[in-house]
Amino acid sequence: MKFVAVTSCPTGIAHTYMAAESLEQSAAAAGHEIVVETQGAGGAERVDPAVIADADAVIFAADVEVQARERFAGKPTVTSGVKGAINNGPALIAQAEEAATTAPATAIAPAAGGGATVATADGGGPELASKVQAGDSWGTRFRQWLMTGVSYLIPFVAAGGLLIALGFALNTIARGDQGYLVTDQADAFRAGLADSEVLFSATSLADWATLSMVIGQAAFGLIVPVLAGFIAFAMADRPGLAPGFVAGLVAGLVGAGFLGGLIGGLLAGGFVMWLKRVKLPFAFAGVWTVVVIPLLGSLVIGGLMILVLGGPIAALQNGLTSWLESLSGGSIVILGVILGLMMAFDMGGPVNKVAYFFGVASLSTSLETGTDTGLQIMAAVMAAGMVPPLALALAATLRSKLFTPAEQENAKPAWLLGASFITEGAIPFAASDPLRVIPSIMAGSALTGGLVMAFGSTLQAPHGGIFVVPFISNPWLYLVAIVAGMALGAFLVIAAKSTKRAEQQLVQAEVAAGLVPATR
Amino acid sequence: MTATTENGALITSAMVDLDLEATTKDEATRHLAELLVAEGRINDLDGFLADVRAREAQMATGLEGGIGIPHCRSEHVTVPTVAFGRSDDGVDYGAADGPAHLIFLIAAPAGADSAHLKILAALARRLVRAEFKDNLRAATDPAAVADYIRTEVTP
Repeated sequence: MKFVAVTSCPTGIAHTYMAAESLEQSAAAAGHEIVVETQGAGGAERVDPAVIADADAVIFAADVEVQARERFAGKPTVTSGVKGAINNGPALIAQAEEAATTAPATAIAPAAGGGATVATADGGGPELASKVQAGDSWGTRFRQWLMTGVSYLIPFVAAGGLLIALGFALNTIARGDQGYLVTDQADAFRAGLADSEVLFSATSLADWATLSMVIGQAAFGLIVPVLAGFIAFAMADRPGLAPGFVAGLVAGLVGAGFLGGLIGGLLAGGFVMWLKRVKLPFAFAGVWTVVVIPLLGSLVIGGLMILVLGGPIAALQNGLTSWLESLSGGSIVILGVILGLMMAFDMGGPVNKVAYFFGVASLSTSLETGTDTGLQIMAAVMAAGMVPPLALALAATLRSKLFTPAEQENAKPAWLLGASFITEGAIPFAASDPLRVIPSIMAGSALTGGLVMAFGSTLQAPHGGIFVVPFISNPWLYLVAIVAGMALGAFLVIAAKSTKRAEQQLVQAEVAAGLVPATR
Repeated sequence: MTATTENGALITSAMVDLDLEATTKDEATRHLAELLVAEGRINDLDGFLADVRAREAQMATGLEGGIGIPHCRSEHVTVPTVAFGRSDDGVDYGAADGPAHLIFLIAAPAGADSAHLKILAALARRLVRAEFKDNLRAATDPAAVADYIRTEVTP
């Protein structure tokens, strides 16, 4: 195995070097390679980053703070004092061996079979980018970055999505035929909180529904920042976190949704990777990583997102809205297909929102005028929005080998999220493999949208999934439409993921290179 | 090189005591420090000892295998130097497995340059080598000990 170590003691003239010597002897005796960085009084010669990238584990034998510790982020790590290394070097080496072999989920399965294993979100985050070997293709690296973001994202989707679903369920029980009003209640609740007023009574089931909805929506608010933050983290280690999170939040501000967050995270990670290459005198290294990189990264990427993305997204949304209005006079089936495509395209992003709010606006108009068209549009929008998580949950259940362990876990909440019309449940799947997942679910949702229109089902509630079944006409045909889209989407995802990965990775490589300039 | 010339040598025979008579680490350290004062390596004994004690207070310098390495960087040190004492009865430097029989008092000037620090680093690395310790345990002549240490740490 290959190890790197840092030794460091208060005076920096004796123990530092004794510990280094002891570790070198012990590693050699056990047949391992080790490179030791002695952070002593005479300064330290920094270990080559390539050596760190290559190392199976890191040993910190230090009685004072290890300098520039973030270089080793994500590696399996063994920590001790200098005396531990001097008195019992072989034991530390043995611990490092163990840490390297039991390190959670940093193995990479490039090219073949289901892709890479995803880091778990606990234990300080083993980080995938550092395990990507220098020779790995851009496609593999790109996938590793996205997967890291997704692995941290999933708990937020599960917690937030299930709380929202619970809110819908409780609300239907509590309020009966006014079940869908819970989203309005949540808005009122938040407005109350802003005025230091908690509109909550423990004996009111409806209030519990609202509470669950409010908390769930808060957790959902973190989805895009967490995704962007941890994509940047995978690319640039800890210094990438702040710019990444900020990029994700700004994506939310400009309404860019998860695709905006994905791009923001990649941009932030790439920019920080570049900033980290700046060679600095040792004394500035700390300030550079802790202050300057987060500051510059957040400002530049956040500014870029607002100034470059904000305008086009607003224009896109306005354009799409007037386009949909012009279409509503024509074939209603084609309108259903288009709404389906839009609902699945970015799963809660700007395009999805245009389709959804078009549905809600049509619903209100129809409820006022007593016509059916708007109710049909709403029905198509909701059914199409339910399909992506359901299709992916189905695919991950049928062919689990094509999905990472984290994605397989995500399949379970995704069933419930899809059934509750929480399209965001598909984001973890889409974020780690957008080029194969998004077109597939768009096709599934388009089929469902078209079928709902063809069947003439109507819906008189703006949200709620299976919890608003009482407001759906022709519920059985409605279900048929959903199942058909779900089956199509699942089939296409399985087919896309089964095709030759090499070709796909080349495409991804180009995307990565285009999205992340100046990093290599 | 500084390490091998008598003038600024890392250690000379006058800085070796193969029959160190001391029962406490303060005594042992003071005795070795006095050898360095006599050779002009330290210009203020009490100031230097205070610096050593400050270092010792952070973490005991006794190591397993009967080694004690009291040390510090101090303004009162003029040349990077080590004094070596050997105690048959042993002196407690706080190691878990018992008293130290080989005691190295390592004195570094506060502003030591990197060449000097490298010599001390090389010395520190020797201290974890079994052969180095064995030779010092078996040695009988202070001049030979000083020669041996100087040769070992020559960069």
